[in-house]
Amino acid sequence: MASVWLLATSYARGAVYYAVPFEPTAQVMFAIEMGIALLLLYLGFRFKQYLAVLLVLVQSAMMLVYEFTMSHGMEPVNNLFCDQFSIIMALIIGIIGSLIALYATRYMDTYHGHHPEVRDRRRFFFFVTFVFLAAMFGLVFSNNLSWIFFFWEITTLASFLLIGYSESEEATNNAFLALKMNLLGGIAFAGAIIYLASVDPSGGLLQLDTLITSGQAAAIVPAVLIAFAGLTKSAQMPFSSWLVGAMVAPTPVSALLHSSTMVKAGVYIIVRFSPVFLGSLAGLAIGFVGAVTFLVASAIAISQSNAKKVLAYSTIANLGLIVACASVGTPQLVWAAIMLIIFHAVAKSLLFLCVGTVEHRTGSRDIEDMDGLIVRLPRIAVMMFIGMAGMFLAPFGMLISKWAAIEGFINTPFGLVFVTILAFGGALTVFFWTKWMGKIIAVTPFGESLESTISRQKWVVLSCLTALTVIAALFFPLISGALIEPYLLDVFGATARLAQDNIIIMALMISLLLVLPFSLLFYAKDGKRMPAYMGGREVTPDLHFTGSAGIERIMTTRNYYFADLFGEKKMLRVGDPLCILLILLAVAILAGAIL
Amino acid sequence: MMSILNALVYLILAPVLGGLVAGIDRKITARMQGRVGPPILQPFYDVAKLFEKEDVTVTPSQNYYILSYLVFMAVTGALFFAGGDMLLVIFAFTLAHVFIVLGAYAAYSPYSYLGAERELIALMAYEPMIILTAVGLYLVTGSFYVSDIAASTVPVILYLPGVFLGFLTVLTIKLRKSPFDISTSHHAHQELVKGLTTEFSGATLGKIEIAHWYETVVMLGIVYLFFGFNPLLAIIVIALVYLLEIFIDNTFSRMKWEMTMKSGWGAAAILGFLNLAVLYYFYLGV
Repeated sequence: MASVWLLATSYARGAVYYAVPFEPTAQVMFAIEMGIALLLLYLGFRFKQYLAVLLVLVQSAMMLVYEFTMSHGMEPVNNLFCDQFSIIMALIIGIIGSLIALYATRYMDTYHGHHPEVRDRRRFFFFVTFVFLAAMFGLVFSNNLSWIFFFWEITTLASFLLIGYSESEEATNNAFLALKMNLLGGIAFAGAIIYLASVDPSGGLLQLDTLITSGQAAAIVPAVLIAFAGLTKSAQMPFSSWLVGAMVAPTPVSALLHSSTMVKAGVYIIVRFSPVFLGSLAGLAIGFVGAVTFLVASAIAISQSNAKKVLAYSTIANLGLIVACASVGTPQLVWAAIMLIIFHAVAKSLLFLCVGTVEHRTGSRDIEDMDGLIVRLPRIAVMMFIGMAGMFLAPFGMLISKWAAIEGFINTPFGLVFVTILAFGGALTVFFWTKWMGKIIAVTPFGESLESTISRQKWVVLSCLTALTVIAALFFPLISGALIEPYLLDVFGATARLAQDNIIIMALMISLLLVLPFSLLFYAKDGKRMPAYMGGREVTPDLHFTGSAGIERIMTTRNYYFADLFGEKKMLRVGDPLCILLILLAVAILAGAIL
Repeated sequence: MMSILNALVYLILAPVLGGLVAGIDRKITARMQGRVGPPILQPFYDVAKLFEKEDVTVTPSQNYYILSYLVFMAVTGALFFAGGDMLLVIFAFTLAHVFIVLGAYAAYSPYSYLGAERELIALMAYEPMIILTAVGLYLVTGSFYVSDIAASTVPVILYLPGVFLGFLTVLTIKLRKSPFDISTSHHAHQELVKGLTTEFSGATLGKIEIAHWYETVVMLGIVYLFFGFNPLLAIIVIALVYLLEIFIDNTFSRMKWEMTMKSGWGAAAILGFLNLAVLYYFYLGV
């Protein structure tokens, strides 16, 4: 609610900076950081995760050095700020985050019903969830890098605690995996802060706005370090495994991680730094990490039949696209990146919550078991359908952004490679979404409605998110005009958007899409129903037929998964080394710049 | 930039033109096989007959998807002939295709299900090349708008020979010609029946036919764009291209879906990408 109020009151003002006293707050933050470090050390020893312990020690040592030898006499003035991009992020965190939290209240009841072995720590769960959301707000409104870092670390901790919620061995291991990878990013982030403090002891460069406008020469080193932190947080290859592993957590946690918190923090910071990357080789290298991730993750999504895994890989892919757009950094690409963030947040949260509901009702999250969902859970199936359409179909959101990305990349250096990757990745995306859509809309002659068992609270949340998906697609020119374009004008001195007549056409297409379902009313009236063609065999209504040698069989259908072509392991063997190489390339360019 | 009149002319004339092309196709195919073949207007008789038939479905919802398929196929062509943004045309085209695939899934029948999956493979196979075609046209003419590309006096084909060949490869997939008729084959009864379209009959099947006519005209329209500098030449090339497609259809047997993937992606990666790379780094600013 507060975020909507913020939009209403401040979108026209442009960037506003608030001078908040630095010293007392910074000390409190430092104390909390050290407390977190101690907690992590304790947990690390308890679960024998010594690599995590080592990383915590390194990071704490860096922060101690910074705090005791460098931070004295530093007086950054404008520590908080608010501009259009922060507002967009705040809206995402506020609206979608709250909806997910609301959904989680009911979900957790059912969850504990289904999992009696999990210790009931619901209070703890919701406490961490709200700390998580609060930290996200802090992150997007902070203008001081050391504050951003503080909130950054809190999101790392929160996701660590939430992923490990069930306390099973798998959950604990995956939580530590996420922790380790994010700590790596944290160390890079701390490195950026120390670098800046040593370059400019007055602390002026620690202010995000000053740093970004200070030009590439001064800002590229911290920008790359922070972008590295962004890559770990947004689960780009080779760090993608933590987000996939995070699926062991209850579904609302996945929805939170994927749509309104964690990974969005990673891309947020990279988008922030895109003016610094514009025209730099290091930016290009990071952009390619995103592009490769987009392609490889889309391919892996084809080979997965676990619904949450498909969603996870499609998130990783989309974040890759955002990273690619933001690191190349022309105004048009940044426009596309911000649009991607918005549309992804809405559609992906909807899909996660739908899958969570389906899993609780039918007992499976496997796509192969979603045959005829339209019969068993008609409204949920329609919502999932809309969510998936939002992910890849014209004229919905993600496609608008992909389109802008193609047009944006084509005029940049190496743009052709980016465009080709987009063309192939886009085709892969169409494949795995459509086959899943096909599964859920298949009208099976068996199955009965299970919908009456879903609580009203969940319906409210799901309906809101569905409505948001459609509204975002219908009114994206408004979002663009009111928030994104002014932000771009502010930052780049230039702006970008799609041509007006195209927008009109897309609005017409969406209206058409909304009208066409009414044709069903017309068709349902008359017409003869026949069973499906089974090669002339006798078939019972539930699709049993007599096969050869008189054995009765049931007709079943399975999607293609191409595990031998696009298998997870096989693709990661290509993607991970490639991305590591690209990151090393960025580092090498940096080293060259420093020396 | 957009011509509503052109779009209207397209909406009315394209089915006629597409039907005629189909009729000529059948005639020439028959001659190649040493048969007399049906009259050229036979496709129209066929479709007219389909519309008189009883409405039989497995599930009524399949009709909704097919209606959407027809509508968006018409929208795609209208956008194209109105001179709209090439990328938007491609996206609308994909949307239309997703609808026919969904229609086949909705019926929950083994044959249509298999056809749907294979149609998706085909979609995945040709999409990269089509996007690269649009990108190539943009690089040469400086615009994504069909109207600008068509009006360009640059001999596009000289800059995009590889892209053109790549486009011809996916055109074979697109027109569902052998060896790429993996999703709806006339010749694979033992395996597919009619694949994608197995469960459609009557008026709904008629709509699929009409949509395919619309589609043919758009695909041939894209061929035109490569030769827009000389309309007469363009029309001759279109005729030759279609003749070539019929020839390929009759000389190749159907291949496995892996081959479709490899052909489509190979064309995009080798013919399309290499051509564009040369263009991008050596001739940019044409």
